[in-house]
Amino acid sequence: MAKSIDVSDVNIYYSDFLAVEGVNMTIRAGAVTAFIGPSGCGKSTFLRSLNRMHEVIPGARVEGKIVVDGQDLYDASVDPVAVRRQVGMVFQRPNPFPTMSIADNVVAGLKLNSGRMSKSETDDVVEKSLRGANLWNEVKDRLNKPGMGLSGGQQQRLCIARAIAVEPQILLMDEPCSALDPISTSAIEDLIHQLKNDYTIVIVTHNMQQAARVSDETGFFNLKATGEPGHLVEFNPTKKMFANPDDPATEAYISGRFG
Amino acid sequence: MTAPTAEIEEQPNDWASVRGGVGDRIFSGLALAAGLTIMAALAGVFIFLAIKGATGFSKSSDVYGPHAESFLGYVFPLLVGTFTASIIALIIAVPLAFGIALVISHYAPRWVATPVAYVIDLLAAVPSVVYGLWGAFYLAKKLVPMHEWLHEHLGFIPLFGEPNVSGRSPLTAGIVLAIMILPIITAISREVFSRTPRLHEEAALALGATRWEMIRMTVFPYARSGMVSAVMLGLGRALGETMAVTMVLSVGFDMSWNVLATASPTSIAANIALKYKERSADLLNVLVATGLVLFLLTFLVNFAARWIIGRSERRMAR
Repeated sequence: MAKSIDVSDVNIYYSDFLAVEGVNMTIRAGAVTAFIGPSGCGKSTFLRSLNRMHEVIPGARVEGKIVVDGQDLYDASVDPVAVRRQVGMVFQRPNPFPTMSIADNVVAGLKLNSGRMSKSETDDVVEKSLRGANLWNEVKDRLNKPGMGLSGGQQQRLCIARAIAVEPQILLMDEPCSALDPISTSAIEDLIHQLKNDYTIVIVTHNMQQAARVSDETGFFNLKATGEPGHLVEFNPTKKMFANPDDPATEAYISGRFG
Repeated sequence: MTAPTAEIEEQPNDWASVRGGVGDRIFSGLALAAGLTIMAALAGVFIFLAIKGATGFSKSSDVYGPHAESFLGYVFPLLVGTFTASIIALIIAVPLAFGIALVISHYAPRWVATPVAYVIDLLAAVPSVVYGLWGAFYLAKKLVPMHEWLHEHLGFIPLFGEPNVSGRSPLTAGIVLAIMILPIITAISREVFSRTPRLHEEAALALGATRWEMIRMTVFPYARSGMVSAVMLGLGRALGETMAVTMVLSVGFDMSWNVLATASPTSIAANIALKYKERSADLLNVLVATGLVLFLLTFLVNFAARWIIGRSERRMAR
């Protein structure tokens, strides 16, 4: 189920503004890959280009190749809607659908894909996904209550349940813990460890300890200079990255001597 | 620990509001006054209608003539006329307005959306007399073939009876009203559609929703209350519209459900405008009473719509 991602010569634009330049990397299947770097360096932009969410913004476009399972996501014949069904995403701020119950939130994506489902099928998926997101025990008695009634950390796990309910090949996470307290953060990190058996996970984080804790490989993005596009400075196994990085800029950033 | 008394006495001064909240109090007073004015105006209208119209409910039967003998017989055809035209207008205008609003807020690129929005807003600025003239002298004739077609193919439904040769039917009046209420419904729904939080829209898109699925999952639930407001304002304008209906409709007093008919009952508002000049004191009371009926019915429709929307929201908030 998990698939690797081959990225070659990717440039990402907002209208005429080049935001990210010349990214090449291979994201391993069934592993956790983390992107770190200062604000505005394009790591979230790059993440959003992996499921074609970048182009939702008017004028935004991507050049280059992003190949999953032998298929270039930016090929003219590829439907962005189909890409997003294969590549799930969890956002920085929890965003359950406010008018839907917990159960409806979980199956929202599934209903798009498969139309009508029987009650028992739906119940199975809800339980499986919520268990997968470590949320089942906390919400099993109130599945018909609105998703907005949960705490921030629970809402974020609900969003993860919603994303994995459609059984994507890849799961993208855009700073999934930045709006959460340490306990919720640790719950989500544990979850990421479990999920990597089944999914290729790509996570953007501002928290370097988090990158060190959860990821197998790390990419460091940086701006060449103010006003210049962001680029990938270094991409290596996380252990090497944090112990003995190739690039002095990486070491400066990781050790807190940045600038 | 005991602090010196002098310090404790000074402390409250440090924490008291420096400006004393004068601006806040003025603003809250103004806002309250504005709110009360609306309530007072509404109550005033109601009291006026009730006092002036009270006697209009029970005049001698010749006042209601020549077509009716009692107040009920007088007002019922008018009510039917009012609601027929308004409902036709809503049936045509509401889907169109929501469609236009969605195109402007979610589908069209900005260079298309801005001029379209502008043109739609301009429609609201055209005086209703102009719509009336256009409807009566131009549109009505053009719609005659449509009347005939409807009668021929859907004539088994009582709504589409013997068609009108001039085209000046309740259907035409409804179509003119639809064009008149289109801008307000479009403008308000466009505004609420475009306020949908980006976070929710992206959540739907990231799950692999098409644009239409995204709109159904996030935009409509979020905008529902505003959409009802928009429709209610449109309905209010349609119910109260005088000139367009007066001019388009060839008036009769025969009660009928045939929306294609020639001599159909006019609307309450149009009837008041028509009869106001030739009034006797007694007839004036009757006209005011019909106004009161319209006022109360509009109120009821509004409350009903709010209640329906509130009920579904309360169910979600449990």
